[in-house]
Amino acid sequence: MTALLVLLCVILIGIIVVQIGKVTELASKIRGEEEAQERTNRTQAGYSMIFMVLFLIGTVVSALYYKDSMLWYGPNESASAHGGSIDYIFNLTLFFTGIVFIITQILLFYFAYKYRARRGVKAEYISHNNRLEVIWTAIPAVVMTFLVVGGLEAWNEVMADVAEGEDFIEIEGTGYQFAWHLRYPGPDGKLGARDYKLISASNPLGQVWSDEKNLDDFHPSEIVLPVGKKVRARITSRDVLHNFYIPHFRVKMDAVPGMPTYFVFTPTITTEEYRAKLGALDENGQPKYPEWHQPSDPDDPESPAKFEVFDYELACAELCGTGHYAMRRVVKVVSEAEYQDWLSKQQSYYESTIKGTDNDPFATEAPAEAEALTDASQDMEEAPAEEAAAE
Amino acid sequence: MANVITEPVVHEDDLLIEEHGYDDHFHDHHHGDKFQSNFITTYIFSQDHKMIAKQFLITGMFWAIVGGLMSLVFRLQLGFPEENMAWLKPVLGKWITVNDAGIGSLAPEFYYALVTMHGTILVFFVLTAGLSGTFSNLLIPLQIGARDMASPFMNMLSYWFFFLAGVIMFFSLFLNTGPFSGGWTAYPPLSALPQASTGSGAGMTLWIVSLVFFIVSVLLGGVNYITTVLNMRTKGMSMWRMPLTIWAFFITAVIGLLSFPVLVSAMLLLTFDRSLGTSFFLSEIFIGGQALDHVGGSPILYQHLFWFLGHPEVYIIILPAMGIVSEVLSVHSRKPIFGYKAMVYSILAIAFLSFIVWAHHMFMSGVNPFISNFFVIFTLIIAVPSAVKVFNWIATLYGGSIRFNSASLFGIGFVSLFISGGLTGIFLGNSAIDIQLHDTYFVVAHFHIVMGVAAFFGMFAGIYNWFPKMYGRFMNETLGKLHFWGTLIGSYAIFWPMHYLGMAGVPRRYYRFDSFAAFGTFDAMNQFITIAAIVTFGFQLLFVVNFFYSIWKGKKMTTRNPWKATTLEWTTPIKPGHGNWDGKIPAVQRWAYDYGKDGKDYISQIKPVGADESKDAH
Repeated sequence: MTALLVLLCVILIGIIVVQIGKVTELASKIRGEEEAQERTNRTQAGYSMIFMVLFLIGTVVSALYYKDSMLWYGPNESASAHGGSIDYIFNLTLFFTGIVFIITQILLFYFAYKYRARRGVKAEYISHNNRLEVIWTAIPAVVMTFLVVGGLEAWNEVMADVAEGEDFIEIEGTGYQFAWHLRYPGPDGKLGARDYKLISASNPLGQVWSDEKNLDDFHPSEIVLPVGKKVRARITSRDVLHNFYIPHFRVKMDAVPGMPTYFVFTPTITTEEYRAKLGALDENGQPKYPEWHQPSDPDDPESPAKFEVFDYELACAELCGTGHYAMRRVVKVVSEAEYQDWLSKQQSYYESTIKGTDNDPFATEAPAEAEALTDASQDMEEAPAEEAAAE
Repeated sequence: MANVITEPVVHEDDLLIEEHGYDDHFHDHHHGDKFQSNFITTYIFSQDHKMIAKQFLITGMFWAIVGGLMSLVFRLQLGFPEENMAWLKPVLGKWITVNDAGIGSLAPEFYYALVTMHGTILVFFVLTAGLSGTFSNLLIPLQIGARDMASPFMNMLSYWFFFLAGVIMFFSLFLNTGPFSGGWTAYPPLSALPQASTGSGAGMTLWIVSLVFFIVSVLLGGVNYITTVLNMRTKGMSMWRMPLTIWAFFITAVIGLLSFPVLVSAMLLLTFDRSLGTSFFLSEIFIGGQALDHVGGSPILYQHLFWFLGHPEVYIIILPAMGIVSEVLSVHSRKPIFGYKAMVYSILAIAFLSFIVWAHHMFMSGVNPFISNFFVIFTLIIAVPSAVKVFNWIATLYGGSIRFNSASLFGIGFVSLFISGGLTGIFLGNSAIDIQLHDTYFVVAHFHIVMGVAAFFGMFAGIYNWFPKMYGRFMNETLGKLHFWGTLIGSYAIFWPMHYLGMAGVPRRYYRFDSFAAFGTFDAMNQFITIAAIVTFGFQLLFVVNFFYSIWKGKKMTTRNPWKATTLEWTTPIKPGHGNWDGKIPAVQRWAYDYGKDGKDYISQIKPVGADESKDAH
């Protein structure tokens, strides 16, 4: 029934529209083509000016309204060392393009309005002007040079790999359908070798257990980083393309199966500091960013405010299939002391999951050696013993 | 020829053509009737370029409606993810999953299929075939003074390969596993492995087959356009006397001919990877609980091949629109296009540069960051010829006597959109900024405004302007203007807010935003965008009604040259038959832009230069 009503309404609107079209055609017949065209020119030229004014006001007002989303401003400030340079180039470009945008839009609609056809006014015959052409070729060329140089300077600095002997933390993010699997190098600071043919339910990354560097690698469920320390993210994929994307750090790089990529960045603001910034009050005691003071759970007004539970997030930014939109991992930036504390609580994946199982290459051949490699706890020692007995 | 309306008095143009024109003895042989003697040869397997143009246009309109409706469905999901979509179940069937409470929601697989099909259909079927196919076919022979294309038969094949491509793509929508759903760029491994996505099975196979047929169509058309422009210009029509439309179509065809075959090679290698076990694009993949044998390939190689077409493709879309707008703005402001030669050189510069910027789509894909330096430089250089074109369009309006109608309004709207969307390209082309904005809604806003909506505006300007030439009637002006304002305001309402989404970091191709705290705070904006999209689509229906109503009921054309234009298509009879001119073909005496010269409103290209006329300085 509603469908029928909707259909009837649509048909009715269609008929009305056609009738409106007919009426004006009739009017132009009565008034005469020329006069009707002149009337049209006047009204349409007027609409152009109205549109231009409202459009430009709309762009400025919407930019002010959404300034919190803009790079650099307010809550969208970058939280990494290199992010500032990206935001700077963005705003420099915004400045130049903003000027061009406003001038050209004004001229376009103003000329359309001013030079509408009127009776007795003829168009001028102007076919070209070489001096003007040179000027408006040169100006964009100069501005572009400026932007290119600035942009490339930032780009080459941001994309540089870590230098030899530099102090940094290496972490690894591996994309798969549909989550990120994280790996830290453990106390030796080195990630162990991987072979995709070894991937199984118990060895999700295909770590080669005969590589000793693997034995202390651990697989946390979230990224925790100390503030101010350089991080080299090693980015890989297990199946299709993914993209390692942490918006607040201005970090984005494809994860490509068969070809590890990297992104080097330094977090500069801890999660706690960022939360405080989002929850800050202005001089009148009002929240600076009211949207962050709303309850985090819309159904529960008593739940903590959004800024209190804010976390940096790792997302996927390359279409990877149906679960693409939900590959979330939390990224925490903490003080060095908290980081060390967190590190000490992590257990290597080999220890927690592999050691003493069928998959442990050391279990059957030389459980004693494996034992010697790590200081395993008492209950973990039981398993290889049983294993050996079963053999 | 029965369908020619003869005018009561001998037309001045006919006298000029008779006096100065070139006699190719076309009508001695009765070609005209041989090719159009019954319903099938006139309307279906027609070899007349004007009929083929209409076929491209109407097929393009069909696909535009299909692609547009698809975008509305996925916009509903993005704007109103909690709303009940069960009412769509009769149409979408199993892709709407209804839970126990009776609330229907769009399946994520189908959301991605819709996004993919929307992109593929709009880019290839609507804005390539529908735009370039329509106007290159219609205008090249008419504006250069040719009877038809160099090979009318190939021209017919071009349309029917396009039709076949469409049928295959349409069929893929009804597969049990759904159409292809890995994005219109079809990056492997997602597109190569059926285990990775249900749409990558039969859906992807049909997608490849359809696109290969489509490319055959583009190449057949392109070879024809190039040959026709080079060889079949009438007496006196030197290259520098061609209207900018022809320059644009000509260069577009050249770009297409050089870039589309590269996509075929990518499709071929992808097919090998999919079915013959080769490893061009695949390496070290563990999927579906199994490690695949493929080793040593590179998914990035596919991206290079794809974007070697993909970037020129956006100019294949926008150049014809630029050509149409140049012509329309000049005719309706009664002034020569400002800086004709600068316009031609900037088309050539854009065409050349379009081949050396492709990797700017791949800054964050893992290519060596050093290589990106070159692509940043070349990409931002494109801003220069683009800026020159914009300034020239604006200067064309200066000092004019602008006749406001649907065609000129869409021309002005095109320039506004091209400025807005072109400027955001300067952000994205700069690799440093692209780190943050790549694959966010900022990109969606950028390309929809600059090559989606703007190209549509060029197309609309062309349709309103040349509708009388196609059907001998006018489209309704009031509806046309309503269509214009609704579309201009609506398009900005849809795409402008997306810039802010993109700056906030919201990635594109997300089925829902609430998995992330950082992306889930724009509910109101997403609802606004969805409503704006529905309303704007409504305005397009207005256009469709106007179009078909006007074919049969529109105001009749009573004079040959209603816009008082200088170009040759308006010297043909009101309803030109096969062969376009009844007698001789016209000879060209001057360039295409003598508007307002020596105080005369316009001087047709077929008028000989008078002794007292001021010398041309262009």
